[in-house]
Amino acid sequence: MSFFDKYFKREKKQDLDKGLEKTKTNFFGQIQRAVAGKNSVDDEVLDELEQALISSDVGLDTTVKIIERLEARVAKDKYVNTNELHSIMRSIIVELLTENKTPEYDGFELVTEHKPHIILVVGVNGVGKTTTIGKLAHQYQLQGKKVILGAGDTFRAAAVDQLKIWSERVGCDFYSKGMNTDPAAVAYETAEKAVKEEYDIAIIDTAGRLHNKLGLMRELEKIKRSIGKNEETAPHEVILVLDASTGQNAIEQCKAFLEATQVTGLALTKLDGTAKGGVVLGISDQFKIPIKFIGVGEEIDKLQVFNKTAFVESLFQGSTLV
Amino acid sequence: MFDNLSDRLDGAFKSLTGQRTITEINIASAVKEIRRALVAADVNYKIAKDFTDRVKEKALGTENVLKSVSPGQLMTKIVQDELTALMGGQSVGINVKGKPGVVLIAGLQGSGKTTFTGKLAKYLKEKKSMKPLVVACDVYRPAAINQLTVLAEQIGVAIYKDEELKDPVTIAQNAIAHAKANSHDVVIVDTAGRLAVDEEMMNEIEAIKNGINPTEALFVVDSMTGQDAVNTAKAFNERINYDGVVLTKLDGDTRGGAALSIRFTVGKPIKFISTGEKLEQLDIFYPDRMASRILGMGDVISLVERAQQQFDEKEAKELERKIKKNKFDFNDFLKQLDQIKRMGNIKQLVGMIPGMSKAIKDIDIDDDAFNKVEAIVQSMTLEERGNPGLLDASRKRRIAYGSGNTIAEVNQFLKQFDQMRKMMHMMSKGNMPGMPGMPNARRGGRRR
Repeated sequence: MSFFDKYFKREKKQDLDKGLEKTKTNFFGQIQRAVAGKNSVDDEVLDELEQALISSDVGLDTTVKIIERLEARVAKDKYVNTNELHSIMRSIIVELLTENKTPEYDGFELVTEHKPHIILVVGVNGVGKTTTIGKLAHQYQLQGKKVILGAGDTFRAAAVDQLKIWSERVGCDFYSKGMNTDPAAVAYETAEKAVKEEYDIAIIDTAGRLHNKLGLMRELEKIKRSIGKNEETAPHEVILVLDASTGQNAIEQCKAFLEATQVTGLALTKLDGTAKGGVVLGISDQFKIPIKFIGVGEEIDKLQVFNKTAFVESLFQGSTLV
Repeated sequence: MFDNLSDRLDGAFKSLTGQRTITEINIASAVKEIRRALVAADVNYKIAKDFTDRVKEKALGTENVLKSVSPGQLMTKIVQDELTALMGGQSVGINVKGKPGVVLIAGLQGSGKTTFTGKLAKYLKEKKSMKPLVVACDVYRPAAINQLTVLAEQIGVAIYKDEELKDPVTIAQNAIAHAKANSHDVVIVDTAGRLAVDEEMMNEIEAIKNGINPTEALFVVDSMTGQDAVNTAKAFNERINYDGVVLTKLDGDTRGGAALSIRFTVGKPIKFISTGEKLEQLDIFYPDRMASRILGMGDVISLVERAQQQFDEKEAKELERKIKKNKFDFNDFLKQLDQIKRMGNIKQLVGMIPGMSKAIKDIDIDDDAFNKVEAIVQSMTLEERGNPGLLDASRKRRIAYGSGNTIAEVNQFLKQFDQMRKMMHMMSKGNMPGMPGMPNARRGGRRR
């Protein structure tokens, strides 16, 4: 607990616990039923476990990986008591989360030498890009940073207004060229303004796009390039926003956006609404990009920095087997 | 993406070579393959299990009378038929009768409710000659009301909004009164996105439904939704007992297994699918196509339809004539190329052809792949384009130079072109070279 407190304020922890509550009850409930009345981990338990993982959206590949590791463990020790399953699962999940050696984040403090630090936000339609930008801007604003938002979604009806309202709510600046304008120009000019007027952070919104639409993905590449014209190193971060209730398609989305824009971090939204937080595991296993932020509620402060230790702690805490 | 189910099933049966019928023993691994394919397509695990149990029962009862059909193919057929039946047999329309008809739109955040509201209004206005009124009841999300206002303007329908009032029930009721007074025959009520776990918001949607008593309540759901689709669909159904489901973002590459989960869980028909960001991209739901999509069987019908949309019938006739006479030339080739390009992303198109999604899984097909051959053809004179036979060494050299390719590359393309021409000529005579399942396949294709 003390180790944990170092990382997390109590309040944040409660948000996370609450956000993961559904995932937890769902997942451990299933495992519990699987091992009920059993002493050792046999094939049947493994089958049930596979089911529990898959129905938590962990994904087929990662699920198979977890099961194989568990099997190896059982084979090595000859006999694994169901009592031990909890701790073994925990160690396997910690392994999965840490294997790809993605950085661990503790807070919203930016580790950057760049001023302005320019962030590009991308993702498919309806995942919560604009909302995430609003919440993120709020966090930086709280740190006393000078923040500007660039309204790069010039396509969806009233998207510019939506971002503007967020900037007003947060109390930061806002740059727009209106609807139906060239998003690359918006991105370029936001970056330009951020450099000239010495902003600490610029966050640029983009229109939602399905990752299999080549033309739109090309447009995104262009947006990214146009940011780099002002400041060679920019954008310093490309955040891909994923909806936690998305199924296996999240993996495809990751791949496509990674290729088009070299995503540096992920934001996983709506985690509180799903019983399937397993997508965190699937993504951490299959990609070397860190999950940076998670959305655990609708209020402005319900965006958290994703911390693996805290995640595992919250997932396993209070849940027992047998 | 994923392997074609039919191939996977054949693989599963192959472990028992020589067996031509489905038995209790050899079906086990096939059933597992089906289950995995369904789960990989985001079908709920439990539902996938129930479904495969049903398929198993059916398959064991089916005698394989056709010698030419492999157990894998037979099994695939059973799976697809069952899936289609489960998806609802035939499509169901929307009920907008009433004075006025009232449609309630509900769903999670970001599922595409507001965009669908716009699309439905356009559809009812243009296809059903109705006079819709759209109602902005999302009083929470910043600029949600503006969004609907802009959409309403774009499609030329009236909007009812009240930016002062923060109570969606009253707004919706006032809107219906307004519609009656202004002779609107249908009212579409857009609501805020809400999580199924949000008790307060779920109470609200229930109150809206009770307050306006809609003729049609629709649940809008993102087709990319994962295993949680079941819980969400159930939670909304318990509160508003909706009449139908709308699947959005099907223009993505998701397999859309959520559709099956929802259908299986709540038994409500899927009434519309949304296939693009443009306001006219709204389609009626076809269960058989969705079944194919979930199974990764390719969506041949969609492919054909898309091709048809881009195809000029007169040109097609002319082309057919040319192919029959073996007169297909470089001009026709360029036209074809252009048509293919207009149909969209090549890899996606090819993926719609059954069996191909597996073949091209790891191949990176870029739309630029055609640039090279296009350059070669464009470096030809008009005379050469009409007479492929004209090309001699000197001309080839010029073409290579002009298009920035080596002579070997030009030769390779010309050889491919020649083969293609021959193949098309043969196909036009009814011999399909190399296509499985066709009687003359082997003779036609391999003869040389």
